[in-house]
Amino acid sequence: MLQFPGSCDERDALSACFRTGAEAKLVWHEETDLSGLDAIVVPGGFSYGDYLRAGAIARFSPAMESVAAFAAEGGPVLGICNGFQVLCEAGLLPGALLDNEGLKFVCRQVDLVAEGARSPLLAGIDAGERLSIPVKHASGRYYAPDGELDRLEAEGRVAFRYAPGHNPNGSVRDIAGVVNDSGNVLGLMPHPEHAVDPMTGSDDGLKLFLSVEEVLV
Amino acid sequence: MVKAKVLIRPKQGILDPQGKAVEGALPKLGFEGVTGVRVGRLVELETDNPEALPELCEKLLANPLIEDFEVVIED
Repeated sequence: MLQFPGSCDERDALSACFRTGAEAKLVWHEETDLSGLDAIVVPGGFSYGDYLRAGAIARFSPAMESVAAFAAEGGPVLGICNGFQVLCEAGLLPGALLDNEGLKFVCRQVDLVAEGARSPLLAGIDAGERLSIPVKHASGRYYAPDGELDRLEAEGRVAFRYAPGHNPNGSVRDIAGVVNDSGNVLGLMPHPEHAVDPMTGSDDGLKLFLSVEEVLV
Repeated sequence: MVKAKVLIRPKQGILDPQGKAVEGALPKLGFEGVTGVRVGRLVELETDNPEALPELCEKLLANPLIEDFEVVIED
């Protein structure tokens, strides 16, 4: 679990990892030795205050070079919210996250539909499955040029879409999450780590952590 | 040392909600007939290596997928 100055969801994500039975630890962003890790989570928050563009500065953190090398070797990487923004800025995922269409910070529970993307990280989630997971962001409007979107759809790389009527930010084609071309890097704006206990209204987010954990076994 | 300004704009065709909000506010203040408002960023800097500015812009100051940039060297 990477930790940047300004990360704020790393502890919830760490706790979500523990619930799957996995071992997990925080790794400060200045660390470059990621040996011994089976998977990397780039958590949510406001790294470097979202200065310039969300994720634009964190992508140059020393750890990110090691994350890129880890991903290139097929290592599983999950980016959540700001982590998704960082992975897009780093070029590990296609597209970019723009300011929300309504210009407001949105914090609400939304329904996602799993698109059956070809990714080992999503093996535990059925295509068409609906997950109730919160979003909380100001810059979550997914964008990629039309040609790129056509390609992502044709290649089965859209991981999640907002269910009809649930798109909170104006994301193109209701896209909430995508995977890279090998399927081992997954990014999404909603926060599965905030939906791991029925007490909070939904534990659908745990399914994603369990699905990622399955890859490691 | 060279002084430079980097103008960063949202690419044409990309929805710019900030520009829309500003455009929507103007008539309420009595400024009629203003259209096409787009909000970008201005970065001022000093450098002794101005040749590196385009690369610096592409890698950090702008995201070429969503933004255009223009480097203006000041005399």
